Amino acid sequence: MRHVISVHDLSVEAIIDVLDRAEGMLATARGEAVNDCLRGKVLGSIFFEPSTRTRLSFETAMNRLGGGVVGFAGTEATSVVKGETLADTIRMVSGYADAIVLRHPREGAAKLATEFSDVPIINAGDGAGQHPTQTLLDLFTIRQEMGRLEGLNISLVGDLRYGRTVHSLAFALSKFGNTINLVSPEGLEMPGEVVEHLEGSGQFGTACHTPEEVISSTDILYVTRIQKERFPDPVEYRKVAGKYLIDPELVSQGPENMIVMHPLPRINEITPEVDAMPQAKYFIQAFNGVPVRMALLAMVIGGN
Amino acid sequence: MSHKYMKVERIEHGTVIDHILPSMAFDVLRVLGLSSDKTMSILVNSHSKKGGKKDILKFEGVELSAEEANLVALVSPKATINIIVDGKVVRKFNAEAPQVVRGILTCSNPNCISNQNEPITTEFNLVIDDGHRYVCTYCERDIVDLAKRISA
Repeated sequence: MRHVISVHDLSVEAIIDVLDRAEGMLATARGEAVNDCLRGKVLGSIFFEPSTRTRLSFETAMNRLGGGVVGFAGTEATSVVKGETLADTIRMVSGYADAIVLRHPREGAAKLATEFSDVPIINAGDGAGQHPTQTLLDLFTIRQEMGRLEGLNISLVGDLRYGRTVHSLAFALSKFGNTINLVSPEGLEMPGEVVEHLEGSGQFGTACHTPEEVISSTDILYVTRIQKERFPDPVEYRKVAGKYLIDPELVSQGPENMIVMHPLPRINEITPEVDAMPQAKYFIQAFNGVPVRMALLAMVIGGN
Repeated sequence: MSHKYMKVERIEHGTVIDHILPSMAFDVLRVLGLSSDKTMSILVNSHSKKGGKKDILKFEGVELSAEEANLVALVSPKATINIIVDGKVVRKFNAEAPQVVRGILTCSNPNCISNQNEPITTEFNLVIDDGHRYVCTYCERDIVDLAKRISA
């Protein structure tokens, strides 16, 4: 594996390989074991957009493996504000680092970066496009919690139109054979190409507007944020957001072994009371970003 | 009184692109990016013997390569290319949609990195499923309204 750009590039075998390696990284990710396979190596962490979990978990992953990190988060103190192209920024950082993690507001930025970099590029989110490492940690969490990646009933809930996480996840889950339900407010439905792909692969379950309609048969409730800025009328936003509130009453309606996931940040869509329920897995999911990204860094930099 | 005359003169050497979708002749010219120093005839909304209307382009002294001719399929998939030598058709073939299109088109996604000031050439790949569509190599989105995305 050289670059990690899009979930479309990853075969089932490649995904399983990453997840297996990530499992082997768990003790080191928790600080319970030492693995310095990337000692002396440097990661270029260049984030043109805000990020908490992705950036910190990549930096933690690199540090846990004995490597160092250079880079920036936000462009205010960089030559980007002077009009430097992404191509030039990448050329420069690829001279300083052994791999580059890139987040950028434009779709296709990571693909462009591969053309100007001498070192591996890992896409940490490009606009509304791909975020493959989030998808991998989601799959890792699903396998960890459910024991398998196939034959599951997964309900994707919330803003399915603009949420890049759910697009990538839907494509990835469809590689394994699952039933995928789509629960979203009117106007924020899953884009046509994703729905067509699910239908074409025989994995489309139900499309509906309230989670109550699918909860009783759901193995994984994957919740995403409904963004206020998508609604011109704040009253309409509050009305819609209220219908997508995941609270203990709703979670209790699901099967006993159902899990609740969320890529975070959450705002109001999952009430804090759910956090204490055994179904809540979103903080474990956020932690899993570390072992998964450790595995990827070891693969692309260390050749392990 | 019947007075026959030719709307467009026949050519001795060159290329005739026939069966262009009606009103698409100018888009074909743009996609080919041909310079205007050659004699060129453009027939728009001509009656087709097969019924309906079509456009026709004739280029005197220009022999299109298969690669150039295939670009025509981007905007008019059923066009036929006729190579004329000494007033006779010596080769006739259908334009075939190219697998990869570099340059020529711009991505219809305004947030695609290829629409920013970066030193790259646009690239689109043909996807054949229930039809022909082109997907941007960079943002992985389908190109929408292809004829309007010709940058030449």
